[in-house]
Amino acid sequence: MCIAVAGTLIEADGRRGKVDIQGNILDVELGAVRAKAGDAVLVHAGCAISVLKKEEKDELDELFALLDEMNDETD
Amino acid sequence: MMITLAHGSGGKMTDSLIRDCFAKYLSNSVLDKMEDAAVVDLPGNRIAFTTDSFVVTPLFFPGGDIGRLSVCGTVNDLLMRGAKPRYLSAGFILETGLDTDVLERVVRSMAETAAEAGVSVVAGDTKVIEGNGGLYINTAGVGEVLPSVQVGAGRSRPGDAIILSGFLGDHEACILSQRMKIENRIQSDCAPLTRMTESLWKHDIEIHAMRDVTRGGLATILNELAASSGNGFELFTDAVPMNGQVQGFCDILGLDLLYMGNEGKMTLTVPQNQAEKAVQLIRSCRYGENAAVIGRVYQSERPSVTMKTRSGATRSIPPLLGEGLPRIC
Amino acid sequence: MKPIEKWAELVRKYDGPPLRLMEVCGTHTHRIFQYGIREMLSPRLELISGPGCPVCVTPSGYIDKAAALALEENAVLCTFGDMIRVPGQELSLASSQAKGGKVRIMYSPSDVAEWAKAEPEKTFYVAAVGFETTIPAYALLMDKVIGEKIGNIRLLTSLKALMPALSWICENSEELGGFIGPGHVSAVIGAAPYRLLCRRYGIPLAVAGFSYEHILAAVCDLVLQRRRGTSQVHNLYPEVVAEEGNEEALRLIGRYFVKKDSVWRGLGAIPKSGYFLAPEYAGFDAGSQLETGGAEDLQGCRCGSVIIGREKPADCPHFGKTCTPLHPLGPCMVSTEGACGIWHRYLQEGANPL
Repeated sequence: MCIAVAGTLIEADGRRGKVDIQGNILDVELGAVRAKAGDAVLVHAGCAISVLKKEEKDELDELFALLDEMNDETD
Repeated sequence: MMITLAHGSGGKMTDSLIRDCFAKYLSNSVLDKMEDAAVVDLPGNRIAFTTDSFVVTPLFFPGGDIGRLSVCGTVNDLLMRGAKPRYLSAGFILETGLDTDVLERVVRSMAETAAEAGVSVVAGDTKVIEGNGGLYINTAGVGEVLPSVQVGAGRSRPGDAIILSGFLGDHEACILSQRMKIENRIQSDCAPLTRMTESLWKHDIEIHAMRDVTRGGLATILNELAASSGNGFELFTDAVPMNGQVQGFCDILGLDLLYMGNEGKMTLTVPQNQAEKAVQLIRSCRYGENAAVIGRVYQSERPSVTMKTRSGATRSIPPLLGEGLPRIC
Repeated sequence: MKPIEKWAELVRKYDGPPLRLMEVCGTHTHRIFQYGIREMLSPRLELISGPGCPVCVTPSGYIDKAAALALEENAVLCTFGDMIRVPGQELSLASSQAKGGKVRIMYSPSDVAEWAKAEPEKTFYVAAVGFETTIPAYALLMDKVIGEKIGNIRLLTSLKALMPALSWICENSEELGGFIGPGHVSAVIGAAPYRLLCRRYGIPLAVAGFSYEHILAAVCDLVLQRRRGTSQVHNLYPEVVAEEGNEEALRLIGRYFVKKDSVWRGLGAIPKSGYFLAPEYAGFDAGSQLETGGAEDLQGCRCGSVIIGREKPADCPHFGKTCTPLHPLGPCMVSTEGACGIWHRYLQEGANPL
């Protein structure tokens, strides 16, 4: 389906904004999300489709803790 | 001034175009004679001879332009066959509407790049066709093959190390960025590999196969080398040098870095015990700062290109199928 | 042992009952290939590629229509790059270009609004293909078309809904052990829609992101769920996927599109599986509503069976003969990472796909 990349919304001007994806600045439609400058967003086909929940902890650890939790597995 | 059909007629306007745009920058004792053909001396009896055409748009891009590209592309093709590039020809096809200032910039860039690469443009031609300001360049290049050198696509041997001279994909990512108006700092890596290859020959590195990584990317080149030599080529996990911004660009468009073209990088196979020295030599040259060993050649029942992935498994890297266009899925 | 290694061991050494898992996202298919995940799995774990690539399941008649629009005078057909080489019955967009058709590649549907305003004398047809991930982008284009009164844009839609396809797979498949849920479609539709499906059919689903770790975690989750006999929906991509999805995006989709029966290449008609422009916007449609043909024009194509794992690619009479990567018929070969595309490559390399 879905080539989508995460980036940081650096500028928001109503329904359009600029997203920084590893140094590439993309013009993005914001009409499908509620996002403000500074948010991390997921971009697909020039359109932000999701606002990412920022996590302070390491994403991978989170993922495996989640997996453990969902399956009641412990080391 | 705009190019018109009159500039291609062979008369006074053609003369002033040649004088003001071409001869001004590409002057040398052979070209200045303005004869129908260049007569030059070439030592040795093994000559490398190549031709190429350049149709890139936009004409100017970060890191280069069509003029620089035309010299680098031709010179690098000769170098990859173990030749010392000497002489180039340049045929220009100009569309009406092209600004002569633009043409001059291109030619000046060619001259500067030719000087950097140690070659002379000794023959040229200009044609004008109806159009919309486009510019196309065809080149041919000759050089003498160094007597001690025996490189060829089929010469890689099991046990060889595979080396890549730097980051993948810069040129193609740069051009696509310009066309799709995505802002970034990606520059074309368009460069002559003269110093780099000279350094390797001078230090007696035994290069078996060597190719510059152009259209189709590393994956395509390695598949050709594997097929020609009948061996397996295996890339190590996370060993291929890549620039974060180019990777990010590829992620946006769904492109695979292994299939993205460069214009100033080469891949080569050398005996394992020379790999470290070869990498150091390349790294100490301009354009080679990020060189690395990226894999190995091994005995295989059939030619293949594979990569060890993070999962520990081996995935195949097939040749490019199709065009490598921006995707959604 | 680090968690990632623990989970990798689990799938490498799995020796339970044979388990067939399906992923339904073209990007997952691609990543699974890139990370070599199939190669690392125990032989008792089979990963099948479902109909998760919208380009691949677009009926061949649609491509012919799009190719014909490209050849119209003063028209431009705008499309994503994926579509260029896909063959219709007659032409592909690439061959239409070769015949003088005007085809332009867009990165985003919004590009078309700018092009249409700059060239008002031309008609801009949009090959609007995609799942729910992409439909919001077309809805935003429609916002512009209506809001800025852009009169020279028309949509030719082949927009597909994921859930009906999953139901179809569950109804038709045998012994499907679990789904790797598509991370980005789920960003829009949420994890909630899967719950009823999983309960009804007793099949677990793990919503997965796209890194090696995310996909591995999803495979592990499904293995563990089967071991425990559960059929739950586990959202392993919570940073992107909310339970209820993106309500803003869903509202946008609902503003312009309605669901109707639609044809899937190689599978046939699936009820309420396609999004079409709502009646009040029919004026902006380029003929999507008309029957585009489908299963009947691919005589003998077995993609439907291959996709659900009932048959192997080699069982299809077309495989390797009339259906090859360069001249694909059904979606399993159109996608280079579809089941048939993969098999074909393995055979070319002299490897045994089994």
